[in-house]
Amino acid sequence: MNKQIVRLTFVALVLIGALIVMTTYWQTWASAGLADRQDNAITRVAQIEIDRGLIRAGKPPQRLARNIQRQVDGRTLFFRRYPTGELVAQLVGYSTIGRSRTGLERSLNDYLTASNANLSTLVDKALDNFRGRPIQGNDVITTVDLEAQRVAMEQLGSRCGAVVALDPRTGKVKVMASSPSYNPNFVEENFDRITKIDADCRNPSPLVNRGSAGLFVPGSTFKVVTASAALESRRYRPDSTFYDPGYCTVYGKRVNNFDTTSPFGEVTLEEGLAYSVNSVFCNIGKALKARRILDTAKAFGFYERPPLETPADERLPSGLYDNGRLYYPAENRNVDAGRMAFGQERMLVTPLQMAMVAGAIGNGGKLMEPQAVGRIVAPNRNVVFRQRPRLIRQAVSKRTADAVAAMMRLGVAQGTGTAAQISGWSIGGKTGTGETGVPGSNTTWFIAFASRSEEDAPELAIAVVLENQSGTGGTTAAPIARAVMQAILP
Amino acid sequence: MTARNRELFGLVVAGVIAGTALATVTIARSSEVSPSALTYGALFLGLYLVAHVVVRRTVPYADGTLLPIVAVLTGFGLAMHYRLDPTGGRQALWVLIGVGVLAGTLIVLRHDYRVLESYRYLFGVAAVILLLLPSLPLLGEEENGVRLWVDLGPIQFQPGELAKICLIIFLAGYLREKREVLAQGRIKDFGPLFAIWGAAMLVIVQTNDLGSALLNFGIFLAMLYVATGRALYVAVGLGLFVGGAALLYTAIDRVHERVTIWLSPWTSEPVHCALTGELALRQDCASYQLVRSLYSIGNGGFGGTGLSQGIFTAPDGAELIPYLRTDFIYSAIAQEIGLVGAAALLLVYMVFVVRGMRIALVAQDGFSKLLAAGLTFGFALQTFVIVGGILRVIPLTGITMPFVSYGGTSIVANFLLLAGLLLVSNRANALARE
Repeated sequence: MNKQIVRLTFVALVLIGALIVMTTYWQTWASAGLADRQDNAITRVAQIEIDRGLIRAGKPPQRLARNIQRQVDGRTLFFRRYPTGELVAQLVGYSTIGRSRTGLERSLNDYLTASNANLSTLVDKALDNFRGRPIQGNDVITTVDLEAQRVAMEQLGSRCGAVVALDPRTGKVKVMASSPSYNPNFVEENFDRITKIDADCRNPSPLVNRGSAGLFVPGSTFKVVTASAALESRRYRPDSTFYDPGYCTVYGKRVNNFDTTSPFGEVTLEEGLAYSVNSVFCNIGKALKARRILDTAKAFGFYERPPLETPADERLPSGLYDNGRLYYPAENRNVDAGRMAFGQERMLVTPLQMAMVAGAIGNGGKLMEPQAVGRIVAPNRNVVFRQRPRLIRQAVSKRTADAVAAMMRLGVAQGTGTAAQISGWSIGGKTGTGETGVPGSNTTWFIAFASRSEEDAPELAIAVVLENQSGTGGTTAAPIARAVMQAILP
Repeated sequence: MTARNRELFGLVVAGVIAGTALATVTIARSSEVSPSALTYGALFLGLYLVAHVVVRRTVPYADGTLLPIVAVLTGFGLAMHYRLDPTGGRQALWVLIGVGVLAGTLIVLRHDYRVLESYRYLFGVAAVILLLLPSLPLLGEEENGVRLWVDLGPIQFQPGELAKICLIIFLAGYLREKREVLAQGRIKDFGPLFAIWGAAMLVIVQTNDLGSALLNFGIFLAMLYVATGRALYVAVGLGLFVGGAALLYTAIDRVHERVTIWLSPWTSEPVHCALTGELALRQDCASYQLVRSLYSIGNGGFGGTGLSQGIFTAPDGAELIPYLRTDFIYSAIAQEIGLVGAAALLLVYMVFVVRGMRIALVAQDGFSKLLAAGLTFGFALQTFVIVGGILRVIPLTGITMPFVSYGGTSIVANFLLLAGLLLVSNRANALARE
C-alpha cells in the first residue's frame, strides 16, 4: 500500500498547494482589480482612514471638498464635507461609504488617497503607516473660476440647464454648472432630500452632470457645424447666395424657419448663419448629404466621449441617437440631412461638446482637450501632476474656422445673438432653439467665444443650454452667457 | 532528541507564536501595553503542556510534530476569534474540551486502538445516521439553505464532522477486510462503490450540501485507492460524482445557484435575485458573501493589514463579511496577515499532511495504514474544500477549516482525528523499536 500512500500524499499536497497559488493570485495579481470595484465596501471603509486630499477651485483657491476627523473605536476616521454645497456638486462629485463615489472624487480617487503608485509616495505611505499616522492624500486644484460658477448657478436659478465655459487656447474648464444641483453633504444621510428636489422640468435628476452627460437637441447651434462642413467642401463660400422662401421642402413637406416665417429672399451664407435662416442650411444639408456633415462633426469631437478628468460614464458622446443608442448612418438616405443640418432629426449634443465647437471655431480650428484639473500636489508640496494644453486635432482648416467665426461675430453684432454683446470685447455667437416635440417646451441654446479683437485669439468659449423654455435662445440663453462671460473676462 | 522532547520544544515555540498573537490582539483591543496581555498565552501553553503530559504517559512513542502543529493552528484560531468577538470565550472552552477529548481517547485506547476494527459496521451505521440526522424534520435545522445542523434543545451540533471520523474508521476496517477481493476489479466488486456513491448523492439531495458529499466521497475514493491500488476505481468514482452532481445541478436550485455564483460572481447587468425577488446585480445579491470575502482577501495584499487592523465592519458597526468566524475565517486571516501569513498557515497544514502520511507509511498493519491515510487525507481535503471554495477554486460550501474555524463539533472531531494519528504512530514506532 505504500506506493499508493506516497501518491495520495502528493495529491493532498497539490490540493493545499493550489490554495497557496490562488491566495497569491487574489492578494497580488487580482488585488488592485478587486479594490477598484464599485461595490467593494472594504476599500471604501479602508479609505476613510486616509486623510483624503482636498479639492480646490482654481480662482480663488477655495476648498470645494475637505475632511472632518472623528474618532471611532480608537481609530481616526475622515469624513468628507463640501463647503460650497450645491455650487460645483456634479463636477466634484462625492465620496461616501454608503453610496460610493462620483465625479472627480471617483476618477481621481487614487490621487486623493495617495494610491498612485510611485516609489517615493509608496515609501512615504509605508512610513506613515508604520508611525501610526494616517496616510495623507494629494490635493487636487481644479481650474474652476468660482465667481463665474456662482454667477452661472444664480443665472440658471430654478431652471434646468447647464453652463460650460472654457479657455479655448488651453482647454481649461472655467465653469461647469448644472442645474438643478444637489448638496453633496446630504448624500450619506439625507439622500431623500436630494431625490425629492423640485425644478422647472419634467426630469430634474440633480445628480446628473448636465454639462457633460446631458443630451440636448442642438437646434440652430448645430448650423455652426453645418457651415463648417459647407466651407470645407469648397462647394460654398461665405458669400454664396441662397434664395429663402421662408421654408424648406424635405420629403415633400414644408419646414418653416423657426424665428420667422417671413421670407428673407436673397441671402448669403454669412447672413444665413447670423440670422439663423433654416432654409439655407436645409438646402446645404440636402446637397452635402448626412455623412459629410457628420464627418465634420466628428472632427469637432462628436461620436466620442469628450475628454475630461471626470469618470467616463459621466461624459456622453454627441451625435445622432437612435432609440437611446449612438448611431452613425451606414447610408446617407437613412438620415434626413435637411433637418439634421439645422440641428433637428435625431441629433443630440452635450453642452461640453458645443463649448468645444465654439472654442475651436474661435481658435482657428484648433480643438483643445478640455481639462478641469490644474495640478495635483503631494503632501510634501511636490507637484505630482501639472496640466499642459493638449491639442486634440485641427478640427477644420484655419480658413474655414476664421470664416465661420466672422459669421458668428455678425450674429452677435446684428443677428439673433445681440443680447450677448459686451463692450470692449469681440464676441461671436450662435443662438439655438431645439424643438423637443412638446409645444412651448423648447431647449434653448447660446454658444459663443470672446476675444479682445477680431485678430486676437479667443480667451473664452461658452455653451449655455436651458430646458423647457417658451422663448428663444437669443432671449433666454444669450443673457446668461453674457453674464457668465463678464464674470470671467478681465 | 526523543519524540517527546521534540514535542515539548515544539509546544514552547507554538506557545510563543500563539501567545504573541493573543497579546497583539489584547493590546490592540485595550490600547495599552500591560503584562496581563501575556496571560492568555501562558494559559494556552499550560493547557497544551497538560496535553503533552498525557501524551507522554499514554503514547510515548507517538510522532512529536503533530501536537505542536495543532497548538499553532488552535492558538492562532483563538487569537483570531478573540479579535473578531472579544466577548465570546466559547472557542477557548471548545479547545479546552477538545484537549480533554484527546486525553480521554488516548487514555481509553492506549493499549490497543485496533479494537475499533471489530466495531467497524457500527461505525458505518453511525456515519450514515449522523449524515442524515440534519435532514430529519424535528431535529434538523436549516441555515442559509443548507441542512447541516442538529438542534437538541441546549446543544446544537454539526453531525457531519463526527460522521467523517466514523466513516474513516468504518472504511479502514471494511477495506482491510475486502481489499484482496476488491483489488481484482471485477464488475461485481464495483457494488460498494455504487452504494456509497448513491449514499453521497442522497446526502446532497437531503441536505443540499455539495461540500460534505464531496468531502466524504473523496475520502472514500482515496482510501479505496490506497487499499486496492486500482486507479480505475478513482476514475469511475470521480466520473460518477461529477456526472451525478451535474444532474443534481439541473434539478436542485440550491446546487444550481452555488455553481452559478462560482462561475460568475459578478454581473454588469441586473439579474433576478431570489432573495428579494427583484432585479439586482449578482454581487449585491446571491454572490454577496463570496465577493465580500474576496474583497477582504484582496485588501490584505502581500503583507496584510496586521492583526487587529483588518476591516470587517463599517464605522456604524455593520458587518461587511457574513459568517466571518465560521465559513469565512480564512478571509479574515488572509486580510490581517496577508499573503505572507496565509501562505505560512497553509504550509503548516502541509506539514501536518506530510507527518500524517508518514505515519501511514510506517504503520505495519493494513487497518492502521488505512486509518492514518484516511484521517490525514480527510484533513487535507476538508481544508481544500472550504478554502478552495473561498478562493473560487471550486463552488463555495459551508464547512469548517480544521482547528481554526469557530465551532465545537468541528474542534472536537479534529482532536479525535489527532488522537487517531497519535495512536497509530505510537504503535508503529513502538514496534519499530523492538
